[in-house]
Amino acid sequence: MVPVLLWLAIASFGKAAEPALSPTNIFAPASTPANSILGLSLFVLGVTASIFVMVFTLLVYAVVKYRKRTDDDGHEPPQVYGSNQVELAWTVIPVLIVVILFMATARVIAGIQQPSLPAGAIEVIAIGHQYWWEFRYPGLKVVTANELHVPVSDPQHPTPTHIQLLSADTNHSFWVPRLAGKTDLIANHPNSTWIDPHETGLYLGQCAQYCGTQHAKMLLRVYVQSRDEFDRWIQAQSQPAQRSDAVSRGRQVFEATACINCHAVAGTVANGRFGPDLTHLMSRDTIASGAAPNTPENLRIWIRQPDAIKPGSKMPAMELTEQDISAVTAYLGTLR
Amino acid sequence: MATELLAPSGITPAGPRPFVDRLHGWIATVDHKRLGVMYILYALVFLMIGGIEATIMRIQLIVPHNHFVSPQVFNRMFTMHGTTMIFFVVMPLVFGFANYLLPLMIGARDMAFPRLNAFSFWMTAFGGILLYFSMLGANGLYGAGNAPDVGWFAYAPLTSQTFSRGHSTDFWTMAVLVSGIGSIGTAINMITTILCLRCPGMTLGKMPLFAWLNLVMSGLVLLAVSPLTAAQIMLTIDRYLGGHFFDTQAGGSAVLWMHFFWIFGHPEVYVLVIPAFAYVSEVIPVFSRKAIFGYPVMVAASVAIAFVSMSVWAHHMFTVGMSSHANTFFVLSTMAIAVPTGIKIFNWLATMWGGKIHFTAAMLFSIGFLFQFLIAGLTGIMLSSAPFNWQLGNSYFVVAHFHYVIVGGILFAIFSAFYYWFPKMSGKMCNEALGKLHFVLFAIGFHLTFDFMHVPGLLGMPRRIYTYEPGRGWDMWNLVSTIGVVFQAAGVLIFAGNLLWSYFKGKSAGSDPWDAWTLEWSTSSPPPAYNFASIPTVRSRRPVWDLKHPEDPDWRYE
Repeated sequence: MVPVLLWLAIASFGKAAEPALSPTNIFAPASTPANSILGLSLFVLGVTASIFVMVFTLLVYAVVKYRKRTDDDGHEPPQVYGSNQVELAWTVIPVLIVVILFMATARVIAGIQQPSLPAGAIEVIAIGHQYWWEFRYPGLKVVTANELHVPVSDPQHPTPTHIQLLSADTNHSFWVPRLAGKTDLIANHPNSTWIDPHETGLYLGQCAQYCGTQHAKMLLRVYVQSRDEFDRWIQAQSQPAQRSDAVSRGRQVFEATACINCHAVAGTVANGRFGPDLTHLMSRDTIASGAAPNTPENLRIWIRQPDAIKPGSKMPAMELTEQDISAVTAYLGTLR
Repeated sequence: MATELLAPSGITPAGPRPFVDRLHGWIATVDHKRLGVMYILYALVFLMIGGIEATIMRIQLIVPHNHFVSPQVFNRMFTMHGTTMIFFVVMPLVFGFANYLLPLMIGARDMAFPRLNAFSFWMTAFGGILLYFSMLGANGLYGAGNAPDVGWFAYAPLTSQTFSRGHSTDFWTMAVLVSGIGSIGTAINMITTILCLRCPGMTLGKMPLFAWLNLVMSGLVLLAVSPLTAAQIMLTIDRYLGGHFFDTQAGGSAVLWMHFFWIFGHPEVYVLVIPAFAYVSEVIPVFSRKAIFGYPVMVAASVAIAFVSMSVWAHHMFTVGMSSHANTFFVLSTMAIAVPTGIKIFNWLATMWGGKIHFTAAMLFSIGFLFQFLIAGLTGIMLSSAPFNWQLGNSYFVVAHFHYVIVGGILFAIFSAFYYWFPKMSGKMCNEALGKLHFVLFAIGFHLTFDFMHVPGLLGMPRRIYTYEPGRGWDMWNLVSTIGVVFQAAGVLIFAGNLLWSYFKGKSAGSDPWDAWTLEWSTSSPPPAYNFASIPTVRSRRPVWDLKHPEDPDWRYE
């Protein structure tokens, strides 16, 4: 316990832009909800650590002081049956501590759960699937997967992001520790959360509610960009898919197999919704919900044998020939 | 000695009875002591199985991207580990000790309903067998996996036919349902026994704390297990009769299952920990050589904990999107539990204060319980603060927290109970040196595994993941946690070896090896059939103290 307490003391100073211990350290917040949780956490940690030190000292003292001595006279010690004053004291003092902790907590709950977000807030719908994330920007006509892009929020002109949380199947939980606490995505039970990242950069997280076989590889990446960069990204993502005749063979294979039952490519016949939208697949850094970097080799492996990257994923191996896999990989490589 | 007096003279038994006879004697028994021992042995077998499952998980998590087991196997392991440890290890253990000791401590000759007692045991036993039979019988028509893999709280809609094909979830449902019926039977039996069969002079206010705490526990079992049983029936209706209680694809509610499960699940924690309180409330006074400090307040605090524990369940659901008002209410009710719990810790401390502490293996485990239960309570306060919980919930911090409660608290208290009452149950002393070695190894292993497990939670590691990404700062903490398993396993093996060795080779215990004060120590070890030749009469909470100290009996002060 003691090394852990010491570590906590050190960790709570890790507020730098690049957190030292972990990219998912809850003690390195970069957004208002995570920041106000940190403030409350440190207060609660302080109170509980003081209680620990006090009771632990009493316990060690009692065990050492009242151990049976080697020169014990064999008599029973004086029998004490209780003391109303003492017991009243250790009832009333904890009650006061609880009241204080409760009031501090209630304030932060209200602050985070009843925010007044400005009119310029970005709206995003996040939909949890087994085992990937769908992100839709209503009004901006953008649909993407696994990699959420949001603008940085300048405290002078805040542009927070309000995220509506839905589930297409089992329960999931949206957790990017440096931005906010987690909120579950539950079918028939719409939830929401909000973030206002103060610094640009990549923030990592992952699904935090057991959702099935590949819960572990339902990873989550949030790209916080400057407003200009974000607007350019939105502009690029709202275009239909690029069409290149050089890969028409791959497109034919893609559109003639069951790929299109699950995947959509805007502007083509592919409009499935079970799997991620592939219109701008090449603009993403990872595939398989963060399980592998988005390289042509990984894409080949993923199409040939999804279980090699993510055993138990819902994407089936399509049993394509090697030539067809190459053609489809080449086609997907043009979806920028 | 007492058995010698009871045996008719001049008749010598014609050698040991045949094995089949003895086996039949155990299987058909309605004797509370034999049933108690059967509960305990049954639970020890499952403790080993659950421990192996935990070890498999820890090996898988020793380094990132490990390939020791597949995700499917890992998910089955954590489901089976949780279900086994809660329903088929700790519950049978606490029922076993209560069964064995309650009639002895209140001066009764058996439980109120001996046949119900046997029925309850066999239901529980059948439940455990059903759960593990899934590994053979659950393949189903689709070749879907075998053992259940939905997690021990089996959140809907993962349990619906859509997401859980085959029969693995059905085996889980039926195992929990069947053992739940056994638990309810035992609870009814204990409440009746305590209320109706106390010996003359033993008013409610003169019962040992052990009896009080088991009374409270039994009340909680009735209140908590019933909704769980109802929920399992509803789930089965969903799966087989076209119901839509929890089936979100047809308009059902996943959150409804959560409420059902946790209104069982949280009181369940107290069903398990209140008997642990009972053990340390007997062990600490005897080995501090003092009466329990503040008996009436201890009773009141126990009842208060049970009462408040019925209104805190949704603190398991802070992240499911309840309104801020609901969240605030459950913060308050949860934090309120800290008050009576704190009173209990302080009263145990005050019992040791001014005493003469004997560091037997039993006492060491009780002191370990106090220390670890304190920390578990404090991390519990952190988790009760809803915003902090939004970060900590469902992370490894929670896993560390509840293992601190269940292993560091409850299991340490159970080991304490083993070392304390083994002489009574077997008539033989447990080997103290091995007991202390067990304590040291298990304490080292426990702290290595679970102290360090808090940290990856704070660094964003969610629970129930079969593997994790490198570069998140989680590697070292997981490595240390896994190393701790080696020490824990060594400790448990020494414990098992100690029980066996002491049973066959231990020195005779006599009726009262600890110089203790409650009624079970006034009869022989092991107690004869029907416990007492004549029903005792008591005048205080420590009747055997009164016998030993006629010049200064307790009843003068109570």
